[in-house]
Amino acid sequence: MPMGHPYIPNVREIQTQMLREIGAASIDELFADIPSKIRLRRKLKLPNAMSELDVKRHVQTILAKNKPFTQMLSFLGGGVWPHHVPAHVRDLVRRSEFLTSYTPYQPEVSQGMLQSFFEYQSMICELTGMDAANASMYDWATSLGEAALMCARVTDGRKFIVPTLISPERFNTLQNYVSGPSLELVKIGYDRQTGQLDLSQLRKELGQGIAGVYVENPSYLGFLETQVDEIAKAAHEAGALFVVGVNPISLGLLKAPGDYGADIVIGEGQPLGNPMSFGGPLLGIFACRDDAKLVRQMPGRLVGMTTTPDGKTRGYAMVLQTREQHIRRERATSSICSNEALCAVAAAIYLASLGPRGLRELGEACAANANYAMRKLRAIKGLKVPIFNAPHFNEFTLNCDETGMSVAKLNAELLNQSIHGGKPLRDKFPELGETSLMCVTEFHTKEDIDHLVNALAEIVG
Amino acid sequence: MTSYRQARWVGEDGLEPLVFELGKPGRTGYTLPPKLHEQLNLPKHLIREKLELPELSEIEVVRHYTRLSQMNYGIDSGIYPLGSCTMKYNPKICEELASLDTAAHIHPYQSEETIQGALELMYKLERCLAEIAGVDRVCLHPSAGAHGEFTAMLLTRAYHKFRGDGVRTQVIVPDSAHGTNPASAAMAGYEVVTVPSDARGRVDLKALETAASERTAALMLTNPNTLGLFEDKILKIAKIIHDVGGLLFYDGANLNGILGKARPGDMGFDIVHFNLHKTFSTPHGGGGPGAGPVGVKDELEKFLPVPVIEHEEKRKFYYLNYDRPHSIGKVKAFYGNFGVLVKAYTYILLMGASGLREVSEAAVLNANYIMRKLLGTKGYELKFDAGGPCKHEVVFSAEPLKRETGVGARDVSKRLLDYGMHAPTYYFPPIVSEALMIEPTECEPREELDRFVGALKNIAEEARSNPEKLRSAPTATAIGRLDEVKASREPILSWKMYRKHRA
Amino acid sequence: MRKLGLIVNPIAGMGGRVGLKGTDGLEILAKARELGAEPVSPARAVEALQVLKRSNLKFDLITYPSEMGEEAAREAGLKARVIGKIKPRDTTAEDTKRAVKEMRELGVDLILIAGGDGTFSDAIDIVGTGVPLLGIPTGVKMHSAVFANTPQGAGGVAARFLSEGLPLREAEVMDIDEEAYRENRLSAKLKGYARVPYEPLMLQSTKEGSTSYELEDQKAIAREVAELMKEGRIYVLGPGTTTRAVAEEMGIHNSTLLGVDLILSRKLLARDVNEEQILRAIEGKPVVMVLSPIGRQGFILGRGNQQISPNIIRKVGKENVWIIATPHKLELTPILKVDTGDVRLDDEFRGYVRVITGYRQTRIVMVS
Repeated sequence: MPMGHPYIPNVREIQTQMLREIGAASIDELFADIPSKIRLRRKLKLPNAMSELDVKRHVQTILAKNKPFTQMLSFLGGGVWPHHVPAHVRDLVRRSEFLTSYTPYQPEVSQGMLQSFFEYQSMICELTGMDAANASMYDWATSLGEAALMCARVTDGRKFIVPTLISPERFNTLQNYVSGPSLELVKIGYDRQTGQLDLSQLRKELGQGIAGVYVENPSYLGFLETQVDEIAKAAHEAGALFVVGVNPISLGLLKAPGDYGADIVIGEGQPLGNPMSFGGPLLGIFACRDDAKLVRQMPGRLVGMTTTPDGKTRGYAMVLQTREQHIRRERATSSICSNEALCAVAAAIYLASLGPRGLRELGEACAANANYAMRKLRAIKGLKVPIFNAPHFNEFTLNCDETGMSVAKLNAELLNQSIHGGKPLRDKFPELGETSLMCVTEFHTKEDIDHLVNALAEIVG
Repeated sequence: MTSYRQARWVGEDGLEPLVFELGKPGRTGYTLPPKLHEQLNLPKHLIREKLELPELSEIEVVRHYTRLSQMNYGIDSGIYPLGSCTMKYNPKICEELASLDTAAHIHPYQSEETIQGALELMYKLERCLAEIAGVDRVCLHPSAGAHGEFTAMLLTRAYHKFRGDGVRTQVIVPDSAHGTNPASAAMAGYEVVTVPSDARGRVDLKALETAASERTAALMLTNPNTLGLFEDKILKIAKIIHDVGGLLFYDGANLNGILGKARPGDMGFDIVHFNLHKTFSTPHGGGGPGAGPVGVKDELEKFLPVPVIEHEEKRKFYYLNYDRPHSIGKVKAFYGNFGVLVKAYTYILLMGASGLREVSEAAVLNANYIMRKLLGTKGYELKFDAGGPCKHEVVFSAEPLKRETGVGARDVSKRLLDYGMHAPTYYFPPIVSEALMIEPTECEPREELDRFVGALKNIAEEARSNPEKLRSAPTATAIGRLDEVKASREPILSWKMYRKHRA
Repeated sequence: MRKLGLIVNPIAGMGGRVGLKGTDGLEILAKARELGAEPVSPARAVEALQVLKRSNLKFDLITYPSEMGEEAAREAGLKARVIGKIKPRDTTAEDTKRAVKEMRELGVDLILIAGGDGTFSDAIDIVGTGVPLLGIPTGVKMHSAVFANTPQGAGGVAARFLSEGLPLREAEVMDIDEEAYRENRLSAKLKGYARVPYEPLMLQSTKEGSTSYELEDQKAIAREVAELMKEGRIYVLGPGTTTRAVAEEMGIHNSTLLGVDLILSRKLLARDVNEEQILRAIEGKPVVMVLSPIGRQGFILGRGNQQISPNIIRKVGKENVWIIATPHKLELTPILKVDTGDVRLDDEFRGYVRVITGYRQTRIVMVS
């Protein structure tokens, strides 16, 4: 008797019995309504089935051609960042009751997931200074797209303002999201010395019909946008919403955007308890103030607290999207269904483990490491670190124009010493010359940073 | 009949307390290496003063979330027959491989020579999916089904724009379509034209002919459709749309019903999307992460998002190609949910060519088995096409039961939870009243199917003799029915809002 | 405590069983009784009330004596407060009107009516849209859009309305030309509107469903039509609440509900016009007619509509007729009907048509 497949328990004998019971001659009969012209008569041109052991070896071999940052010193950031995830976070999130469940359509049997989402939403609100958050979007870039659409829905504005120094990946994604309702994107320039947003240009653009103003804080290039209070004020005076994009790791140390006027806060939740995983899965943060106009327009799934009908027992359930999102503004609807749910649960567990002090100390550690790196690197002749005279969090720019070497050459030399340099910026930001984006986290030790500094000093010198 | 009781942790106000209600000041579940002493130079007005997060030790965190997990149901708990969700077993070897350092700890911006493994795996996965669907090129970027649909709509727009055909403003969708279809089309700026289903539950061809015009950009179709029925006139449908110059988009949610038996590319579809978390068994994770790759025929290849993974034969080198002048750009940051892609690739290797075909055969047999066993049970009826076979899912209507006893699909579903089974999808698709949309997948043993059908029959009997049992169900779960109307009417969406509400 | 009114018109539906269409008029009623017709509506009312009883809801049931509700309530096992006075076995439209008036004065939240179009016609004569009404279907003569699909359905909707609340929509009440009806000709005229509770439709929007509300859907349709409108073109707006929403979208707040209005360049050109006025206005000008299905049968063009004659329809041309209907309307009337009196014209409209159902949303619907 041929062996059954581990994932298909109804072996041939059982299938034969089943067919008999339902009066079908063969399994082919069940597919007879597929027109013969389109029936696939050959085997799929795929490898034959492999045993678990063979697959394990095969995939491990392929993956072994990658150099993970646990084996190679790397200073890459710019959208995903390396942080240490406590072992128990990974363990808990892999519990199969969480892992193998789906969207909690039946709240009675899914309180575990629902309460975890509620806790995630709550912690995001505390971090960002908002009152309501959804149970996740795909990533920061798509959260930005959805935020622009939401601003258009709420204000009826047709224009959305972003900084010139916005992350190119996020800008590109945003362009696709606003293409449906044909919203116009306007870029605002920056001060060449400090990187800060050009407020006078902003004020000129803030006429009629602006749906929202967006800044990233810390910015894509690592510096803090210090004029956020003024930007918020200017946006609100023009009837626009103020949207802030964040790396939540910074929010243990830095002020919540809700405290400086943000209406919507978005960001990348990956560093909260999730590995970088080559850029996915990520975790789009999306939160807003408790304003009826805003909450009802928020895309994505929302979990709300309620009770049993007798009012005695607390429980959690998905809150149905209310009518407002369906009417009139179909130009700017959202279609998001499945999201990054499990990554959100990981973030909740991570934040619950760190607590306010842990997150603050983590932020301080990252900033301290970054400042140490900047201090040591700028001492190297020919390097300008950072290029902007402004406070930075844990990412910064490194310019090597004066060395006569390109970033590409620099990075190639570093790689020879098993060090991965920062992301080159010249192709997206040519005005910045030979500049790269460097990231330092709690993962890097003093020795690691010294190693980088020495290597660069040697290459450049 | 075995009995079932879900774990139930009870606190003061409800079940397990909120994490904010646990812990004590000073506790932590985290340790950090010693910090460097360095001037941070941060402006005072941007420094945080207070952060209200819970303070728990590691053991409290672990117990809290362990208890929560015990009050949650997954595929590993029991049957999960949600229609069009394909809740199949998630092989654990996939988890193991996706959490290797060489998969989890790589950065997307690493130079290509340091990520050849990732690029190779993704390239090979693209080729596998292309072969399975009968298309020419695949893009792995989209993070979910709806995201894939949105991407497909953007590709459609780019295609027509490239050909100078600007009048194509409409996308056609059947009235049985997945809800995300019209939403994704609307998101891309299209007008949505809905066509009715005929008495056989398939797209009404005459209505489709009326709908198709020079304004048609595309038709979005699931095949088998959401009733679990194969659109046997698909070649005619393709002709109607292609004749007016429109594109045919395949919603891959139901691919599990035809894996290895037929391919959307061969049916005439121009764009295809896949749900890796459905057909290819990556875990659903409570609602994600998933992946929704998109496959296209040659004419649309130039519009795919950047970057595209290329393979240089000579050097055996994989690289990311950004030089794509007609690309629609990006639909998200980076290249896709790699952590999910590893699992899907592993699954395809585990099943192999013959295994994937066995999957659809077993899935379709399981659904037909349920259909035949339940057919004729008083209280449930098939609205469409009771004569022919279904594919991997079947939609029953509990309308007769509702008329007879006053309890319908929702109450039946709630009572099913007391049997230790997850309910099927109910009230969807909207063209069947009191719908129960059942997809068992190939992973359910026959005994489980018998138990499921038996439970549905029992419940119909209970509805007649003791309807209160259904109306008060479930009682064996962690919590009973909740006031969901209240949840939507006065939304409390965070701990912050809860505190305000209580004050 | 919520108050529910119950009115049973014992005569409604009686003619059906013995092949008579309707029982208006004492002679017809007498004939029906001669033929052995038994009252039908009381039993239907009991079916609806039994659903309410099973719901275990607490409410104050107020009804009229003996066959106008008291008996039905007793049979369903519900305690009722009986008000008013009638002559048993000899009830008339006046009794219905009095019952409605008295129940309104007592502040009922909803009145369940087991009756036909005529009964509703009488009811809205008294309360218009002031008090929510809901029809328990009793058999023939249900051309108004105020009836639930089944008596049990009526009970279910009433129960939900009283407990968790339901939105209200305006539903057409039709007046049937009795003479024509008995001669097998259907000539239904829009008499007015009642306000009726309804269950919002579960939409395709997401798997767990977002819900669709009539009022919002009408606003969405109005926005779409407004965007499609061109300067210098005359728009003939047929009767109905959805076409009224179109007028409102343009800031016109005095359009007619039951009649036909003309709009030019987003302003009201003429109000409540007749056939002659329409012909004069559209002579030689580009024109579009915007119609909505009326009543339970889903007529977009019916004989009761005297203003929009076959002559006018021919002048406008089928390609310039826009049909608008909310998803709710189409739920109620999935197949639309035309009956202009001109058979060849009717034939032109038969088949599939596009119906505007929302903002940038249309549906292909069958016209038979």
